[in-house]
Amino acid sequence: MAYALQQLINGISLGMIYGLIAVGYTMVYGIIGMINFAHGDIFMIGAFIALIGVLLLQLGGMMEGPAALLLVLAISMAFTGLYGWAVERVAYRPLRGSFRLAPLISAIGMSIVLQNYVQISQGARVKPLEPLVPGGTEVMRDGSFVVQFSYIQMLIIAVTLLMLAVFTVLVTHTPLGRAMRACEQDRKMAALLGIDTDRTISLTFVIGASLAAVAGTMYLLRYGVIDFYIGFLAGVKAFTAAVLGGIGSLPGAVLGGLLIGLIETFWSAYFSVQYKDVAAFSILALTLIFLPTGLLGRQDVEKV
Amino acid sequence: MKAPGDRAEDAALRAARPRGEPERFGDLQRERQARLLHAIRDAAVAAAMAFGLFVLMVGLRTDVGPSGELFLRTRWADVAILCGIVFAGRLLLNLWYASRAARAPARPGRLAAALGAAGQALGPALLAAALVLPFIPGIGRYELDLGILVLTYVMLGWGLNIVVGLAGLLDLGYVAFYAVGAYSYALLATSFGLSFWVCLPLAGMLAAFWGILLGFPVLRLRGDYLAIVTLAFGEIIRIVITNWVSLTGGPNGIGGIPRPTFFGLSFSLSGEPDTFAGFFGLEPSSQHRVIFLYYLILALSLLTNWVTLRLRRQPLGRAWEALREDEIACRALGINIRNTKLSAFAIGAMFGGFAGAFFATRQSFISPESFTFIESAIILSIVVLGGMGSQLGVAIAATIMIGGFELFRDLEEWRMLVFGAAMVLIMVWRPRGLVGTRTPSVALGKKRDIDADLVGEGRG
Repeated sequence: MAYALQQLINGISLGMIYGLIAVGYTMVYGIIGMINFAHGDIFMIGAFIALIGVLLLQLGGMMEGPAALLLVLAISMAFTGLYGWAVERVAYRPLRGSFRLAPLISAIGMSIVLQNYVQISQGARVKPLEPLVPGGTEVMRDGSFVVQFSYIQMLIIAVTLLMLAVFTVLVTHTPLGRAMRACEQDRKMAALLGIDTDRTISLTFVIGASLAAVAGTMYLLRYGVIDFYIGFLAGVKAFTAAVLGGIGSLPGAVLGGLLIGLIETFWSAYFSVQYKDVAAFSILALTLIFLPTGLLGRQDVEKV
Repeated sequence: MKAPGDRAEDAALRAARPRGEPERFGDLQRERQARLLHAIRDAAVAAAMAFGLFVLMVGLRTDVGPSGELFLRTRWADVAILCGIVFAGRLLLNLWYASRAARAPARPGRLAAALGAAGQALGPALLAAALVLPFIPGIGRYELDLGILVLTYVMLGWGLNIVVGLAGLLDLGYVAFYAVGAYSYALLATSFGLSFWVCLPLAGMLAAFWGILLGFPVLRLRGDYLAIVTLAFGEIIRIVITNWVSLTGGPNGIGGIPRPTFFGLSFSLSGEPDTFAGFFGLEPSSQHRVIFLYYLILALSLLTNWVTLRLRRQPLGRAWEALREDEIACRALGINIRNTKLSAFAIGAMFGGFAGAFFATRQSFISPESFTFIESAIILSIVVLGGMGSQLGVAIAATIMIGGFELFRDLEEWRMLVFGAAMVLIMVWRPRGLVGTRTPSVALGKKRDIDADLVGEGRG
C-alpha cells in the first residue's frame, strides 16, 4: 500500500513533465498538422539551458531561494523559446504548403542537428547536478518503508499546474489564443480575416518550446543528470501522451501525460525496469490502432 | 516575427515602380540602395537571433571536473564567429534572392529535363562503374569496403522504396527488418551451422513474416501516425533484442558469425585445395573475400532493383502505386487494400532481411547498436532525398549521403550534424528529392515524364 502510494506520487510528478512536453506536440499538430519531431530535443535543450543558468547563478553566488529557481526557469523558457522559433523558421516555414512528407523529413533532420549540436557544444558526457531542492515531507510510514513526497515533486506539480493555468487563459482569453484557435480550424480563412498566420504559428512554436523548457528544467531538478540524448525517449513518450489524450486537445495532452507517467512508473515498480520503454511504445501502438482519436479527441471525418 | 527582406517584399518593391515608365538612373540607384539596406538590416536581425541562440549553448560549456563537480568554460570567440557566419550567410542569401528576383525567372523544369536526359545515360554508366570497380587500379581495400557500405544502403533504400516510394506507406521502423535478417542469419549459422546460402532465403522469409506480423495492426493507420507506430515497433524489437540476453547475447551481441563461402570454397589464406585461392590456383589474398562480398551485395541490390522494376509493371505494383495516390479511390475500384499493403510490407521487409543477413556475414559480429532509430532515419532520408519512387534517385542519394558521410570520418562528431543539416537543406530546396520526376510505370501512347509535383503524395 505504502509502496503503491510512493509510486503514485512518483508517477504523477513524472507524468506532469510528460504532459508539459505533450502540450507542445498537440499544439503544433493542431495548428499545422505535422509531428514536430524535434520537440523532444527542444526539451533537452531546455534542460541544458537551465543547467547553464544554474551554474551561472552559482558562479555569481546567487543560487539561493525560490527567486533563483524562478530566474533559472525564466532564462530557460526565454532562450528555449528562441530555439523553438529558430527551428520553425529554418526547417518548417519554407516547407509550408509543400508535400506532406517533406516537413517530417526536415523535422527528423532538425532533431539530428539539435542532438549533435548539443553534443559538440556541450560534450557527450552525462552532466550530474547535485540536488538543489533537497528534502521532503513524510506522508506515511508503513513498517520500515517511508513514503516521501519530496519538495521537488511538489514544486513540479505546482509549477506545472500554474503553467497550464496560464497557458489555458492564454489560449482561451487572449487575442493571440483566438488567433491560434482560428488558425487551427482553417488557416486560409484565418489569413483572409487578417490574422498574421506566420506570426501565429511562430508564436505557437515559441510557447510550445517554453513549456518544454519548463519540463526540461523540472527534469533537471528532479533527476539531476542530463545528456544530449534524453530528448528522443522523452519526445516519443510525450508524443504518446499527446496521442493517448487525443491529439489537438490540450486537457487531453495533460491527461495522457499523467497516464503515461503512471503506467511507466507502475510498470517499472511491479514488472520490469528493462521493458518500461516497451510499455510506453506498446501503448502508443495500441492507442493508435484501437483508439485513434484518443481519449478526449474529436473524430476526424475524411471527405473525398 | 516577420523577417524583413522576404522575397514577397522585394517583389512588392519592384512592383511599386510603374511598368511603362522608362527607368531613370537615380530611381534604380535608390532602389538598389534600399534593397542593400534592407538586406543588411535583415542580416543584422538574423545575427542578433543567432547571438541569442548561441550565447549560452556555445559560449558557456559545462564540463565535469575531476571530482564530479560541474564548472563552466567560456568560448566567446566561437559565439562571435558563429554570429559573423550567420550575418554573412543571411546577407549573401538576401542579395542572391534580390538579384535572382530581378533577373528573368529561370525556365521551370530545366534542371529536371537536364537530369532526365542525363538520367538515361547515368543509370547504365553507374552500373558499369559499379561492375568494374574492383578491377580499377588504385582501388584498394578501403575503397571496396566503402563500396560495400554504399551498396548496402542502396539495397536498403531500394527495399524501403517499395514500401514508401511505391505503396506510399511511411515506415520509420525499417531497421527492424534489417535486424531480424541479421539476427536470423547469426543465430541460424552459429547455433545450427547452416551455411550462408541456406540462411539467406530463410532470413528473408523471416523478415517478410515479421513484415506481415507488424503490418497487420497498422493497416488502418495513415501518414504520420503510421510513421510513429512503425518507429515504435522498430524500437520495441531493438529493446527486446537488447534485453533477451539468453537468445541474442544482449548488448554484447553475437560474434563469430561464419563468413560466406564461394559455393563451399572458403576464403582462408592457407592455400589448401578446398579454399578459393587454392582451387583456382591463385595467390591467396585477403582481397578475394572483399571482392566477393562486393559482388555479392551488388548482385543482391540488383536483384532488389530488378524485382521492383518487374513488379511495377504487374497488377500488384500498379495496385501499390494506385494506393499511394489515393486509398479511397483504390477501395472504390475494388482493390484489396489489406493484401496490397501487406505484400508491400512483406516484400520490402524481405529485402531488408537479405541486407541484414549480408551485414551479419560481412561484419561477423552484430549487436543491437547497429539497429538504432537513426539507421531507419538514414534509410528513409535516402529514399526521400533521392525522390520517392525513383530507383536511380535512391542510388544517387545513397552514394552521396553514405559516401559523403565517409569523407567526414575524421570529424566524428560533426558528420552527423552535417548529415542532419543536409536533410533539412535538401528538403527546403528540393522537397521532391534529387530526382523530382517520375516515369509512369504504365502509360497510354507516348511515354512522358510527369513532374512529381503533379503526383499524389501517398496517403496510405
